[in-house]
Amino acid sequence: MADQIELARKFIEAIPHSRDLGMELRAMGDGEATIAMPYDARLVGDPETGVISGGAVSALMDTCCGAAVMCHPKNGGGTATLDLRIDYMRAATPGQGLTTTATCYHVTRSVAFVRATAWDEDADNPVATATGAFTVEGVR
Amino acid sequence: MKRPEPVQVVKQRRDAALQALVGGVPYIQYLGLRFDRRGDELTGILPFDEKLIGNPLLPALHGGVTAAFLEQTAIITLSWAYLWEDIESGALDFDPAGAAPLPRLPKTVDFSVDYLRSGLPRDAYARARVNRAGRRYASVHVEAWQDNRGKLFAQGTGHFVMPQRR
Repeated sequence: MADQIELARKFIEAIPHSRDLGMELRAMGDGEATIAMPYDARLVGDPETGVISGGAVSALMDTCCGAAVMCHPKNGGGTATLDLRIDYMRAATPGQGLTTTATCYHVTRSVAFVRATAWDEDADNPVATATGAFTVEGVR
Repeated sequence: MKRPEPVQVVKQRRDAALQALVGGVPYIQYLGLRFDRRGDELTGILPFDEKLIGNPLLPALHGGVTAAFLEQTAIITLSWAYLWEDIESGALDFDPAGAAPLPRLPKTVDFSVDYLRSGLPRDAYARARVNRAGRRYASVHVEAWQDNRGKLFAQGTGHFVMPQRR
């Protein structure tokens, strides 16, 4: 189990796109993961307000959901996204980084179900939530 | 009878409008996303880049990149459809010097992506269809493919809040 988490951590940290966005794995284990992403002017989707694009939030959510699946005890290795839905509750505050926690709450032989929430520095008001289904690989 | 406008005038006006819309968004520049225009039809083009990889073992495009590509194509196509009449009538004049403020973009309420096959390490294309565009809300469907138009690697549907006209 510890090996699995270590392997999953290495894999997550080696993802080129996640690295490029400055994502940092904060916690991972037992089907739950937390990842932080700093504010970056390159990711602005609305030039007038400086608000980060929904696409960058998607990348953070997808990475975090994948990490949650990879560290679930019933998943044997890698995973791939089958579907992901994101609800945007409010604009992320310009200048603030985002933190996401994802929970893999159910795993069958073939599918892992995940939900995630993203916040900026205001931890009482989520910026976005996500629900997704991911592929499951057999336990080694 | 009014003579039709010279083709170069029409093309230049439309391309300037599209460039102003797309060029103003830093995230579109970061992804390297471009838009090809044929009349009023837009195709999003995402040239492959190493930084877009999500699984280095396969390798495959990052699921977040795929989602971002679909969502940006949806937003630009929706804005384009919404601005088209004003661009054509000349009511909306895009200043090449960038002095005039750009129109506001629609805001995403929710976006849902189906991953149909893994995104290969090569260029990707996307086209969006505005299924419903009301005064306040819009619903947009978007499809993405790589080598074969008939073999989608992802599709998505999103709901958007339309900007208020200023």
